[in-house]
Amino acid sequence: MITKTVNSIEEALAGISDGMTLLLGGFGLCGIPENAIAELVRLGVKDLTCISNNAGVDDFGLGLLLKNRQIKKMVASYVGENDEFERQMLSGELEVELIPQGTLAERCRAAQAGFPAFFTPAGFGTEVAEGKEIREFDGKMYVLEKAVKADFAIVKAWKGDTAGNLIFKGTARNFNPNMCGAAQITVAEVEELVPAGSLDPNQIHIPGIFVQRIVQGKDYEKRIEQRTTRPQS
Amino acid sequence: MLDKFGIARRIAKEVKNGYYVNLGIGIPTLVANFVRTDIEVEFQSENGILGMGPFPFEGQEDADVINAGKQTITALPGASYFDSATSFSMIRGQHVDLTILGAMEVSEQGDIANWKIPGLMVKGMGGAMDLVASADNIIVAMMHTNKDGQSKLLKRCTLPLTGVACVKKIVTNLAVMEITNKGFRLLERAPGVSVEEIKAATEGNLVVNGPIPEMS
Repeated sequence: MITKTVNSIEEALAGISDGMTLLLGGFGLCGIPENAIAELVRLGVKDLTCISNNAGVDDFGLGLLLKNRQIKKMVASYVGENDEFERQMLSGELEVELIPQGTLAERCRAAQAGFPAFFTPAGFGTEVAEGKEIREFDGKMYVLEKAVKADFAIVKAWKGDTAGNLIFKGTARNFNPNMCGAAQITVAEVEELVPAGSLDPNQIHIPGIFVQRIVQGKDYEKRIEQRTTRPQS
Repeated sequence: MLDKFGIARRIAKEVKNGYYVNLGIGIPTLVANFVRTDIEVEFQSENGILGMGPFPFEGQEDADVINAGKQTITALPGASYFDSATSFSMIRGQHVDLTILGAMEVSEQGDIANWKIPGLMVKGMGGAMDLVASADNIIVAMMHTNKDGQSKLLKRCTLPLTGVACVKKIVTNLAVMEITNKGFRLLERAPGVSVEEIKAATEGNLVVNGPIPEMS
């Protein structure tokens, strides 16, 4: 077995420096690497390019890095819940690239799988396709999109073992598995880190080969953005 | 004239037995409440669940189980969770039968704009561009006019596009229409709404063939 365990979030993020490109898992605040984001705030690294589906909210998730002016460029599909983000974007302080959600997922998966690029119909005829190669297949138009390139992928899983194998829970899975192995170094923080051999190999979502460092996370807040319930009938 | 619940109720009639359905944020989310209970339908949410159920009872919310609108939800028997790339394989691969989403503008060619107002509002397209580029069956749920009373059914969209020539059907507070090569073909009127009122609220070409029934 090849051990991937590191003992602290500091160790897990060692080597992250100003100007790097980071992939960060999560959808809204669901399944975000809370410990790593807190550590990035503490480190104070700046001029980051962050690739993540959303940009957090004003006081949580990637919103914390935005507030601290640590992000130079944000690549996301939807940023509707963050006033500070919208302010920085409209004022031009923050560089923003908005891309279709499925394209973002596939750009990560392509990097993970070793594909340099792929054709997708998403965005054809829109400003997303401007400057990109367009090709027709069987009468339908497609846009050439490239695999992401990143220094670190930072993901959050439910359970993981010391070999770096990961299991996700519910819709907290989202982009996390797609980002594993899509950067030079993949860091996974997990709610429960167990010895190798404790997880059923049949149930592993991401094999440890895609993960370089795994760390036991702590104090998960798991904030709910839109708590919605139905009345007891 | 319909309210948002009326629009959702009318669209629910388009949901057929055996359909996998993706519902957008806003009025489309309400459609789930009105789908017949004697048919088998599964709702997909692009953040990674198929077989989405109703909102949880208070005290049973799970932060790890949400829909694309970031609302807490539940999973029904037979549900599955998956990653984002798999989710969009379902969408791009045309395994989802019906997509229902909101819009700021729709053109008579079936173009749709719903993600950006330059200089004013930038929320992003989320999964909408993937959905409209791939789905065969797209229904738009929206109000016929904006807050200022201007038509949202146009000859050409003025806002940045989400997709081109993709919308099949539109259900508004005033009417049900389908996109044809001659423009918006009027299929049904909302209760108490005249063809003239619909025409006046539609900037794009409205095709009216024969008497138009009131929706039941």
